[in-house]
Amino acid sequence: MAVSIPIDQRLAVPEDEVFTKVTVWKRFRRHRLALAGIVVLGFMILVAIFANQLKPYDPNAIDNVHWLGTPLAPGVAHHVLGTDEVGRDLLSRLMFGARISLTVGISATLMEIIIGTILGAIAGYYGGWVDYVIMRITDVFLSIPLLPLLLVLTAIVAASSSKASLSFGVIVIVIGALIWPSAARLVRAQFLSLREREYTEAARAVGNNDARIIFRHLLPNAMAPLIVQATLDVANVIVLESTISFLGFGIQPPTASWGNMLSNAISNLQVAWWAAVFPGLCILVTVLAINYMGDGLRDALDPNMR
Amino acid sequence: MFNYVVRRTLQAIPLLILISLILFVILNNAPGGALAPYLQNPHITPADIARLKHNLGLDKPLIYRYFIWLGQLLHGDLGYSTSNSESVLQAIVERLPATLELQISAFVVALAFGLSAGIFAAVRPYSLSDYFITTLAFFGQSMPVFWFALMMQLAFAVHGIQMFGYEIRLPSASLSTYDTFVLSDRLEHLVLPTIVLALLQLALYSRFMRSSMLEVIHTDYMRTAAAKGLDRRTVLFKHGLKNAMIPIVTIVALALPGLVGGAIVTETIFAWPGAGRLFFNALGQSDIALLMGYLLLGAFFVVFSNLLADVAYAWLDPRVKYD
Repeated sequence: MAVSIPIDQRLAVPEDEVFTKVTVWKRFRRHRLALAGIVVLGFMILVAIFANQLKPYDPNAIDNVHWLGTPLAPGVAHHVLGTDEVGRDLLSRLMFGARISLTVGISATLMEIIIGTILGAIAGYYGGWVDYVIMRITDVFLSIPLLPLLLVLTAIVAASSSKASLSFGVIVIVIGALIWPSAARLVRAQFLSLREREYTEAARAVGNNDARIIFRHLLPNAMAPLIVQATLDVANVIVLESTISFLGFGIQPPTASWGNMLSNAISNLQVAWWAAVFPGLCILVTVLAINYMGDGLRDALDPNMR
Repeated sequence: MFNYVVRRTLQAIPLLILISLILFVILNNAPGGALAPYLQNPHITPADIARLKHNLGLDKPLIYRYFIWLGQLLHGDLGYSTSNSESVLQAIVERLPATLELQISAFVVALAFGLSAGIFAAVRPYSLSDYFITTLAFFGQSMPVFWFALMMQLAFAVHGIQMFGYEIRLPSASLSTYDTFVLSDRLEHLVLPTIVLALLQLALYSRFMRSSMLEVIHTDYMRTAAAKGLDRRTVLFKHGLKNAMIPIVTIVALALPGLVGGAIVTETIFAWPGAGRLFFNALGQSDIALLMGYLLLGAFFVVFSNLLADVAYAWLDPRVKYD
């Protein structure tokens, strides 16, 4: 959906221009907010990578000198954004929270795309009973409300040993295992039409095997919507992870995540607004940046897509 | 049409059975299973556990238990909730009125404001108000619901907002302050959770309504209607809106299940005594039967919404063939 590009302008793109890299970049550049999104996301990624070098304090250390039982306000005792309820520096925790949010978002989406692409490609290319079985599985996953199912699975893992077992890896795997069906559907739909094209027949006629046809000839042509979907899903996963972490069934403290930083902030809402405002602002800004990027990519990669 | 509805309903049944089987397998392989709440109790000996297992049929093979469970389900028995000491169905049904009160009010707000904002933006494309509305919708879609809830509480419950010379302060927890029914009291409590739950849907509806309306505005029949000399209002609302609404009905039906997930977060933060909060409380207590019942009802709601979307689409758009 276009936000800042007039419809007529989008329609004016000649058809033969559609898939060259230069024109994609040209069209992407027209979407100012998408460009801003890249800048913001790039900043967040840099902060996440260099969190160790940038952090003013140890994110898990309590400021024994100044902290007297109540959260320190922003600016007090060199804590730029203040401290949380147990006297840990908020800015440092936000930096390490960026690491968690972005890596969970990117890794779970990668897992979604890999599983979804393979199963979707198989279903769309071969059709028949293979397609039927894979599509029924996606039906089941897409019919169970995602957040409650995710919470139940992480709660089961937590009950199996302790909540501490809800490590980063577990969260990524559980989210990735639940969200692949939407990618699978997308790839399958593309493959259903692509496999009827002449070039597919030509590829088969010259003796290419199925795997080569799927990965060399069909997949590259199915990439555009997949890239857009993947971008938007990174944002969705970040919100999902922060929600379950907020509810106590995601990343466990003392490891800082933007979500779990907010679970304690709720009981200190009256005395420490900063502890509630900044972590959420980080989520909102990051998710907004990625969503605008996805919007720009959608306009740039396929003007007819909505 | 009737045949189409019947056929689609019949197709939904195997899907629901498959969903129930997969949920059953996942939840019953949970460590401790249905007896997990008793395992930590020092007053219950291993012999008691063995006896409970036998009495509840938990020592039988999984697939056998599934069919027993399915048979009970068909009699309306969703099992026994260990964390509430009552039947699962009863526990959920008791909290359903509170959940429905919140869901319906959020849905009405989202629909009313979302659709009118979308139409408003579409008839003034690329104007300042259009940019304002689309930007706001983008924010709404990117907003983490739980944080939005916290911010609303911070603004309206903790501090209070000065507006038009009044200080607006709203309660941030529970259904009511008084035990007896006082309308103003109930409405006051409804405001914040409704806004929070409605936000995401509202943003979604306004974006889709805008793009659907924009598409319709450029069609030939709209130009014809205008050329006939009809006034702008008639053209937009009688000829335009009616057609633009068709895809929106599908979007709305498909977005309905989003309320199920949103309810868990909203009800938990606002201490709303509904089914979502019931589910959240059951999570930490390994109340397998209740979690299972909630997920199953949620899935049922999703499948029903999808069905509704297909049927509504076939009914509204005469070009869709449904036989």
